[in-house]
Amino acid sequence: MVQKIENQYKEILNQYMQRQSEQNLYVGQNFSRQLISENISPEEVISVHKAAMQEIYGELPEFVWHSFDFLIEMMINYGLALQERQSLLQRQEELRVEMDLAANVQETLLKTPMPALAGLDIGLLSIPARKMNGDYIYFISDSEGHAGIAVADVIGKGLPAALCMSMVKFGMDSLNNSPADPKEVLGVINRVVEKSIDDSMFVSMFYGKYDSNDSTLTYGSAGHEPAILYRAKSNSFEELYAKGLLLGVSPAASYEQHTVQLEKDDLVIMMTDGVTEGRTDEGFIEREVIFELIDQKKDEPAQRIVQFVYDELERMQNAELRDDFTLVIYKKV
Amino acid sequence: MSNQSSVEILTEWDIVAARQLGRNVAKELGFGTVDQARITTAISELARNIYLYAGQGRIEIQQLTENGLKGILIIAADQGPGIPDIRKVMEDGFSTSGGLGAGLPGVKRLMDEFRIETIPGEGTDIRATKWLR
Repeated sequence: MVQKIENQYKEILNQYMQRQSEQNLYVGQNFSRQLISENISPEEVISVHKAAMQEIYGELPEFVWHSFDFLIEMMINYGLALQERQSLLQRQEELRVEMDLAANVQETLLKTPMPALAGLDIGLLSIPARKMNGDYIYFISDSEGHAGIAVADVIGKGLPAALCMSMVKFGMDSLNNSPADPKEVLGVINRVVEKSIDDSMFVSMFYGKYDSNDSTLTYGSAGHEPAILYRAKSNSFEELYAKGLLLGVSPAASYEQHTVQLEKDDLVIMMTDGVTEGRTDEGFIEREVIFELIDQKKDEPAQRIVQFVYDELERMQNAELRDDFTLVIYKKV
Repeated sequence: MSNQSSVEILTEWDIVAARQLGRNVAKELGFGTVDQARITTAISELARNIYLYAGQGRIEIQQLTENGLKGILIIAADQGPGIPDIRKVMEDGFSTSGGLGAGLPGVKRLMDEFRIETIPGEGTDIRATKWLR
């Protein structure tokens, strides 16, 4: 193989020595690509060059040959840098495969069944900025028409945020599928997070408990982006604000809860800050922009509204998602 | 069967002497220019490590003949502080990122065989071989 390369190189070099045309240089460059793909190091190329010169010209002044030997010496570290790069690329590929597997594991781990409730149409979308999601939606429901939803966001993204999120899942699992009151749920999850997650990691969470018997939503928040209530009758938006510290800050934190009555065609819009903190070239996307988007599609099914908001926000940000994006809409029907 | 000679590493100039010894042996064994350059680069790297991190030590060059194959063995030995985390120094990008040179992964790549033994507080013994093809 070395012999074959030497012959090819000699021929290409010889062509160029006879005629210094762009065409011959182009052929040479194409050949160099082949050399790279066959892992021929720079010092070997110079050695091949030296051998080719010897064959073509035979006798040349000694200093010419010495200069090639010097050049070979110069190239050894370049050759090593090239090999190192190849091995780093390979390692990067291994990491990529590993991340893909981890993302699949996370998807399975965090899967949550959407409850079917009379009088409620649910739409949701959760898209990670990177491979792993630091946002999380968890549903709990019982047979008496109650359904709880947790929308959580780990401060940070990627792998650390995803690992942290598993703790929230196990905390929610410990509630044994009973959709308790928000202040109780947030209190339990706060203690789990506080105990098991690094001090530098915080989680914000919105929790809403819907009762389909009387169409009320009771909600609480641990430092989370306030949910929004759209009132169909007055065609207006209001924030569902509830006081409460981020999860994991203090084991003694306590949480407020409030209840609202939902009427036909009202919407409850729950989200993470990946929705509101999207940025365009002109700055942050204002909440009013989101209100306008929802207003345009409010008569459609919840999933269609959610998808529309995402598509539009993505378009405004030139398809660049900076943070995990999670949006859930309840529509009272 | 082996033939040996060695250079004590105390100053930076001893690195050059070690290189020279290695090159003479490599040339004598019949290694081509590229392999000579690789072998001396490996010696440079090992001798520099001794000079920079152990203060003093020794580079030994041996000619090997095994199963009809000829080769060169470089031994770098010192009684320095040793290497606390071998895995780290053998990682790509650990020593090269600061422009320090090829590092131990580089030596491993330049040669055919590579073995390292180190005891923290007692010293390091590195053996690297290249066979003539």
